[in-house]
Amino acid sequence: MFDPVTQEYLDQARQMQALSFVVHIPLVCFGIAFPAMVLRAEWLWLRTGDEIYRVLAMRWTKVMVALFACGVVTGTILSFEMGLLWPGFMGTFGAVFGLGFALEGFSFFVEAIFIGIYVYGWNRMSPRAHFLCGFPIVLAGMTGSLFVLAVNAWMNDPGGFELVDGKVTNIDPLAALFGNSHLGFELVHMYLAGFMVTGFLIAGAYAVGRLRGRWGRYERIALTIPLTVAALAAPVQVLVGDWAAREVAKTQPVKLAAMEGVGHDERGAPLHLGGWYQDGEVKYGIAIPKGLSLLAFHDPNAEVEGLDRVPEADQPPVNVVRISFQIMVSIGTFLAALSAWYLFTRVRRKRAPNGRWFYRLLVLAGPASVVALIAGWVTTEVGRQPWVVYGVMRTEEAVTAAEGIPVGYATMAAFYACLIVAIAWILRRLARAPMATDAEPEPINKPVEAS
Amino acid sequence: MLGIGIEELPLVFALQGVALYAVLAGADFGAGIWQLLAGRGERARRIREHAHHSMAPVWEANHVWLIFVLVVVWTGYPQAFASMASTLAIALTAAGLGIILRGVAYALRSATSGPAEVRAVDVLTAAGSLLAPFALAAAAGGIASQRVPVGNAAGDLWSSWLNPTSLMAGLLALLSSAYLAAVYLAADARREGDEEMVEVFRSRALVTGALAGVAAIAGAFVVRSDARWIFDRLVDTPAVLSVCVSLLAGAATMALVARRSLGAARISAAVAVAAVVGGWALAQNPLLLPGLTVDQAAAPDNVMVLLVIAILAGGLILFPSLALLFRLLLRGDFSAEPAVARDPRQAGPTGGLTAALTATRLAGACFVVGGAFLVIGNSAWPHAIGVVLLAAFIVLGLSALAGEDARE
Repeated sequence: MFDPVTQEYLDQARQMQALSFVVHIPLVCFGIAFPAMVLRAEWLWLRTGDEIYRVLAMRWTKVMVALFACGVVTGTILSFEMGLLWPGFMGTFGAVFGLGFALEGFSFFVEAIFIGIYVYGWNRMSPRAHFLCGFPIVLAGMTGSLFVLAVNAWMNDPGGFELVDGKVTNIDPLAALFGNSHLGFELVHMYLAGFMVTGFLIAGAYAVGRLRGRWGRYERIALTIPLTVAALAAPVQVLVGDWAAREVAKTQPVKLAAMEGVGHDERGAPLHLGGWYQDGEVKYGIAIPKGLSLLAFHDPNAEVEGLDRVPEADQPPVNVVRISFQIMVSIGTFLAALSAWYLFTRVRRKRAPNGRWFYRLLVLAGPASVVALIAGWVTTEVGRQPWVVYGVMRTEEAVTAAEGIPVGYATMAAFYACLIVAIAWILRRLARAPMATDAEPEPINKPVEAS
Repeated sequence: MLGIGIEELPLVFALQGVALYAVLAGADFGAGIWQLLAGRGERARRIREHAHHSMAPVWEANHVWLIFVLVVVWTGYPQAFASMASTLAIALTAAGLGIILRGVAYALRSATSGPAEVRAVDVLTAAGSLLAPFALAAAAGGIASQRVPVGNAAGDLWSSWLNPTSLMAGLLALLSSAYLAAVYLAADARREGDEEMVEVFRSRALVTGALAGVAAIAGAFVVRSDARWIFDRLVDTPAVLSVCVSLLAGAATMALVARRSLGAARISAAVAVAAVVGGWALAQNPLLLPGLTVDQAAAPDNVMVLLVIAILAGGLILFPSLALLFRLLLRGDFSAEPAVARDPRQAGPTGGLTAALTATRLAGACFVVGGAFLVIGNSAWPHAIGVVLLAAFIVLGLSALAGEDARE
């Protein structure tokens, strides 16, 4: 371990790291889920021979590759920042968790290679070979999530090493990465989130079009594919969220206490909706008696550990964690309800809902799902504070001793602002591009139907 | 001569990654430099266009080599990685910004319309292409000239990468990137039968090749006065062999380019750049950082074994994939005329109503049972079963709802 350092700007370093994640994670969602949706459109084309699916898949491919390029650069920045900002963490524990990133690196590599093949192979390979070249992208997105979340899960439930006189010994990277209790639910939770964010954002974009009267067969198909996926994922996410909360209650009781604002140990703890945590209790919230014990332990009289089990210096900032958690849960509930509405109509009425309100809410669902994603990330990562490796290494022991963090932070923030503007501009441009795709002007089979 | 133990093996892989990055991403950055120097007018537009089209299919894959290097070093040599990253923070931030510019410009280009916009985006590419290779090579120069000590930001944040050796390394990186790119772009133009571009980039290759040679000789004097330790080792065996290979390969490339043997020049140019990395590594061996040998920096053996296994297994997937990408590219399949003829099967009756109904019911059952396993279960197995059943719910749901696109 390096000698202890003093870093005046620890909070700025954390914010800089958080900013990078906030920009990167939504792009990751597209990396995970969008290729699968593009492939579904391509598969429908192969199966039916209907050109409209091919046009859709090709147009989406352009969006996919532009977003992937942005994800490549934000991901590279993140891997730089691991060392730039947290050398204490990397230097001490790199050998324990680094293997996860090495494996993720290969996933990323395979994804980049096959995205290259897929994008430039449109029209230049046999349709079947081209379709097959899409599968490694989807698979690599899956394995990439697995390996990155293995590292995060280890940070939250560290194992696979021993600390002897401050030195890390007896390292077992496989046990550290794949033997911890958090990997299962973190992976499933994040993977589903990827499909929800991507699905609701894309469906939301076409819902905007519909509300403005842009609605033909093409738009309907383009809305249905992502919405169906997201709507199937959203109800499952509620169940997975319950699983996640119960695991956190077991392994990180302090985090759970922060998420729920539990100041002192309590039997039959109530669940508070809304409100503000102050002086060891939630004020102005709506209390549901025994709700928390029931949800977290499936026993109305279970004892929930309070924050005061640990000294104040070891407690995360409660309101940040708690409010983020409440935001995530409320949005998740809203998305699940909207999805249930959609699925029910599809199954019972054999059609999509056609009221304007459904589409208005769908427009809202896109950005809302991103907010939920970020709020969920804040819940788990701020909830881990003050630890970078839960219970083992504090964030202040991990941070760099270098000066100038505020300058780096400001520069990065400016670049990210430009990046976000650039992404918005790209998406608008691609959405407005004429329907006929680049290669050959296809007569698009698009009977515009009055809705 | 060189006993490579498990402590060194990951570093050898990482250095191969550095060499591949220097060659492949170097060519990419070099293409960006040529876009900047293209000037104005129709010919300039064609130069920029050729540089873009040649690199577009592979740039993402080329850039991932850097991530490979980072993850191998931080897993295998965590203290050394942390020391380098924290002392070289400014150089690495600058490199990161350059990479952002390059990537964003690539994404932006797909959405541009009109020459003015394309030109603006190419300026971004060029800015990134100057910044990233310079900063990364300057950081390497800091390590080579022993200015990165062990510890958390223990070296000087500025002079660690702004010093004579680093500046020479940065300059050499820019020149060799431009040189590589010119050779590659000339070869690509030959493949596409664009003789005008062949000549454009051939003459550029000859000029930058000569400049890189001059800079390398000047650089030797600079390094001799600035960082005597590494200089003495560079001109001693075994490093000097690698340096000679680089010089010979560089000279051979010039001859091949002059004789218009562009395919062979591609390879010898890559060898010239890769041998520089090899020479540096041999000169530093066995010291990774001042006072820290590779063996001392290495993670425990069992971690290194796993890391090597991961790299080899990854390589088994990676290299065939890369080969496929480059074969499609170099064989020209990507620039061939689109294959128009295709015979998608006409749609049969897509799944009967009963099939859809069964799938719906099955999906519903999977949701209920899977949810029960997940919610009631309290250990790994029930949770795993629950996750599998819920995944089945999503898959069955997709197939149940696949029948045409939700009519209204």
